[in-house]
Amino acid sequence: MKQLFKGIALGAALLSAQPVLAADRELLNTSYDIARELFAAYNEEFKKHWQEKTGETVEIKQSHAGSSKQAQAIIQGLKADVATFNQVTDIDILHQRGRLIPEDWADRLPNNSSPYYSTMAFLVREGNPKNIENWDDLIREDVQLVMPNPKTSGNGRYTYLAALGYAQDQFGDDQEKIDQFMADLLGQVRVFDSGGRGATTTFVERGIGDVLLTFESEVLNIADRFENGEYVAVTPKVSFLAEFPVTWIDDYVEQNGTAELAKEYLEHLYTEDSQRLLAGFNYRVHNDAVKAENADRFPELKLLSIDEITGGWENAMSTHFSSGGKLDRLQRRR
Amino acid sequence: MAVQNRRIGDQLWVRRSLIGLALAITLIMLVIPVVVIFTQALSTGWSAFAGNVMDEYTLDAIGLTLFVAALTVPLNLVFGTALAWSVTRFRFPGRKLLITLIDIPFAVSPVVAGLLYLLLYGRNGWLGSWLSNYDVQLMFSWPGIVMVTVFVTCPFVARELIPLMQQQGSEEEEAGVVLGASGWRIFRKITLPNIKWALIYGVVLTNARAVGEFGAVSVVSGNVRGETNTLPLHVELLYQDYNIVGAFASASLLAGIAILTLIAKAFVEWRQSRAEHATPEEGGA
Repeated sequence: MKQLFKGIALGAALLSAQPVLAADRELLNTSYDIARELFAAYNEEFKKHWQEKTGETVEIKQSHAGSSKQAQAIIQGLKADVATFNQVTDIDILHQRGRLIPEDWADRLPNNSSPYYSTMAFLVREGNPKNIENWDDLIREDVQLVMPNPKTSGNGRYTYLAALGYAQDQFGDDQEKIDQFMADLLGQVRVFDSGGRGATTTFVERGIGDVLLTFESEVLNIADRFENGEYVAVTPKVSFLAEFPVTWIDDYVEQNGTAELAKEYLEHLYTEDSQRLLAGFNYRVHNDAVKAENADRFPELKLLSIDEITGGWENAMSTHFSSGGKLDRLQRRR
Repeated sequence: MAVQNRRIGDQLWVRRSLIGLALAITLIMLVIPVVVIFTQALSTGWSAFAGNVMDEYTLDAIGLTLFVAALTVPLNLVFGTALAWSVTRFRFPGRKLLITLIDIPFAVSPVVAGLLYLLLYGRNGWLGSWLSNYDVQLMFSWPGIVMVTVFVTCPFVARELIPLMQQQGSEEEEAGVVLGASGWRIFRKITLPNIKWALIYGVVLTNARAVGEFGAVSVVSGNVRGETNTLPLHVELLYQDYNIVGAFASASLLAGIAILTLIAKAFVEWRQSRAEHATPEEGGA
């Protein structure tokens, strides 16, 4: 029994022994699961910026998980000051279900409130042995694909929509040809992983498939990580504009008294230095100077927005990804 | 013994292959994964391992995990003992129902448990919306983590005590009453020594589960690093971040706790079986 109480005392001591960081201000940023390194770097920059501007020190706390889970947590009472997500629908829901932000949140910051963006690209194996250049190479019989499941992950939905955008661009109004292309493409998929990182693991660690379809940022990230050219990044000629939307959460910044700080935290993402930092993490940015510096890493391509492909997210979800929707029917075709 | 063995497996080869199979499965399914955790954690050397463990956020996660266990274990110790005492020493309507209800946390998936708490105590929940009027926030902060951990681990102590206390009966306590001892004195001098080892066993199990709980905690945590990120959540975060060595370093801490738990459990089981077979004089020691 004595041992037990000793253990409890030790645990309590350990917890209370943690240094109390006495920052003047505090900010909680909820973000998607794979943005940890990005915001760890950005937070340091922003802390300096805020101190120079106001003389105050800031402590920025980070929460990372899948962005749909984060949106749910915020609606259920996680008092985050800002949300930096990788899916527009997950911020929309903060208005629709939570009434925490106004409907026009996207108009409050430049570029639809997306300080950076990415697109869907291909990762192929050393030397690109199957000679993959564009979407039509993916439906060849000898090519096996790995992609995240559009049913369970935003990453997978983006991939599906990117392929759909290509097919529409290629075949125009010929719905039959578009459907056939999509069915063929889905038929070549060897593994549908439940999430983006799972798909990467399947392709890289387990060595399955010839092409991994995922975010360009993730593709470049892996190609950089393996320095001997084990993997090659391929950006197709047409793809999807994947926005990374940000917003401050009006109800909570009011309660926390952080409105000014939260706004500045997001606006500062648009400065040239911050845009350069974002580009360093393989995201595409809007700043012209930074764009020019990185022109070789981010080849020009035709980017299609969700409105151009399906006329908005609502329609995309109900027509393509709902139960018995287009995706289900296309998969049954083969 | 010898007679029994002959009956189960007549021939030597049957016995040997059964034992061999059991050993092989244990090795493949249990031993090798545990070894892999430690080899992966140390794959880049001891200093990298120490660096990963001494990382600010890892230390915060360790602190929070120990803190949660330090609150959960005493709460469930008191709750489990009181529950076992009441259902084995008294007869009352609903007693059988109570014994069944105590198993709910075993029957419900931890993720579901987390969601239930979130729906009840979250901002839009029945109790949560009322509490938020008084600026009380339970979910996405440490009280929420403690609440779901208490829920998930609450059967362990009671489940250990109930069969033992039923088997022991209440004669000794009744003798104490006849001799005029107070209730507290009877508990301290008679009941507690009798159930001591089962109680500690329950505590060991409760602690192991409290430290390792992932599903329920994941739902109510909010994943704020340095604040509501427990060690199991930290392992997942590091893994998703491609920090495989860091993830395994944190996982090895959890595995270390698990191994210590197993040693403590083996020791307690050994003492328990000795106590049960001992003569009364020894048993009271």
